[in-house]
Amino acid sequence: MSAFAALLARDVRLATRAGGSAMLALAFFAAVVTLVPFGIGSEAKLLARVAGGVVWVAAVLANLLALDRLFQADYEDGSLDLLALSPLAFEGIAAAKISVHWLTTGLPLTILSPILALLLNLPTSAYVALVMSLLIGTPAISAIGAVAAALTLSIRRGGLLLPLLVLPLLTPVVIFGAGAVLAKLDGIENGAFWLLAAFSVAAVLLAPFVAAAALRLNLSE
Amino acid sequence: MGARLPPIDLLEATNLACVRGGRIVFRDVTIRVTRGQALVVEGPNGAGKTSLLRLIAGLLSPADGSIAISADGTRIDDREERGAFIGWLGHQDGAKPQLTPREVLQFFAQVYGAASDPSLLQIVGLSSAADLPCQYLSAGQKKRLALARLKLCGCQLWLLDEPLASLDASGKLLLLELLRDHLSAGGMAVIATHESVGFDAKRLQLT
Repeated sequence: MSAFAALLARDVRLATRAGGSAMLALAFFAAVVTLVPFGIGSEAKLLARVAGGVVWVAAVLANLLALDRLFQADYEDGSLDLLALSPLAFEGIAAAKISVHWLTTGLPLTILSPILALLLNLPTSAYVALVMSLLIGTPAISAIGAVAAALTLSIRRGGLLLPLLVLPLLTPVVIFGAGAVLAKLDGIENGAFWLLAAFSVAAVLLAPFVAAAALRLNLSE
Repeated sequence: MGARLPPIDLLEATNLACVRGGRIVFRDVTIRVTRGQALVVEGPNGAGKTSLLRLIAGLLSPADGSIAISADGTRIDDREERGAFIGWLGHQDGAKPQLTPREVLQFFAQVYGAASDPSLLQIVGLSSAADLPCQYLSAGQKKRLALARLKLCGCQLWLLDEPLASLDASGKLLLLELLRDHLSAGGMAVIATHESVGFDAKRLQLT
């Protein structure tokens, strides 16, 4: 097994073991979505209209939960020093962390989303659009989030700064993600899904390098 | 992984200066360690022992001066390249609270590309705690786990920060034995410690 695969396997194990972040993010996601009808009323038409946006906003928020500890846990217990001295390059460490974050947060959220969409009365015709948009869009959240997590690594209580840094950068993801679902509802073709896909691919390809640069900066201070 | 790397002949740091939080911790520190040699770094708390080790490891950038290792006659200046030669034992051991010592060692064996050796846990006296999550280990047991990891990595240059801290008498003997084996096999070590290591070594006093 390569060093990359070993780090991936260890972190997936840590996230899914008792007390890990995976279940927590899922439960948070479900709780936020379930709360919305209590806030805006149970009018079926209205819920169907906002379902895509609500699921997307909740997905972004749930993704933030585990970001804070993405590198922090390894930084605090010395693992990051050891990984820095291992044959694995910082780019590899960052790529592994992004993958783990998506596998334990973005992917489970995507799988759970149809059930929550049912609670929000989303028409069945838009289910595929919702799931596909989450599937293609959530990796961008993990990627951009990892950059922010690496940047705020050595800041005390950097976890509080992190959402402020990440949320503005994720605006396009929410616009295009929710837009793709709305387009399906309205029966129009607006290219939101493809813009989302392009944004996501660019983020995932660039993020490991940017996060690696941020890690180098933090570790040499 | 050690097998794939050329053996290092020399660690050399010239006129190192370290600045932390705007304060000069030390300056004009020059060290030279050759094969089979150990350098013991001494000094009061805050003298910069840990900082010196982090500088050598490349986990900190020097404010001034240069650090290089020579392997097979070639000088390696790049600090990330240097990292692959370094076995690190710090105050924190990278033992995840949720993982067992067996899992931690297996993980690092994969990361280092080394063969996982189940007898290592026995050598460091952890066989009875091998399947206990690390959150239940004592500080001394964690240090023993870190020793097993250090031995596993097969790195030629050991950087040990207070290696004797929190070890019991048999643990200290174990560490010194591992260290002697390492040095007699041509390894090198830089050790920051307050305690006597019990063998002849070069000394560097930081003030």
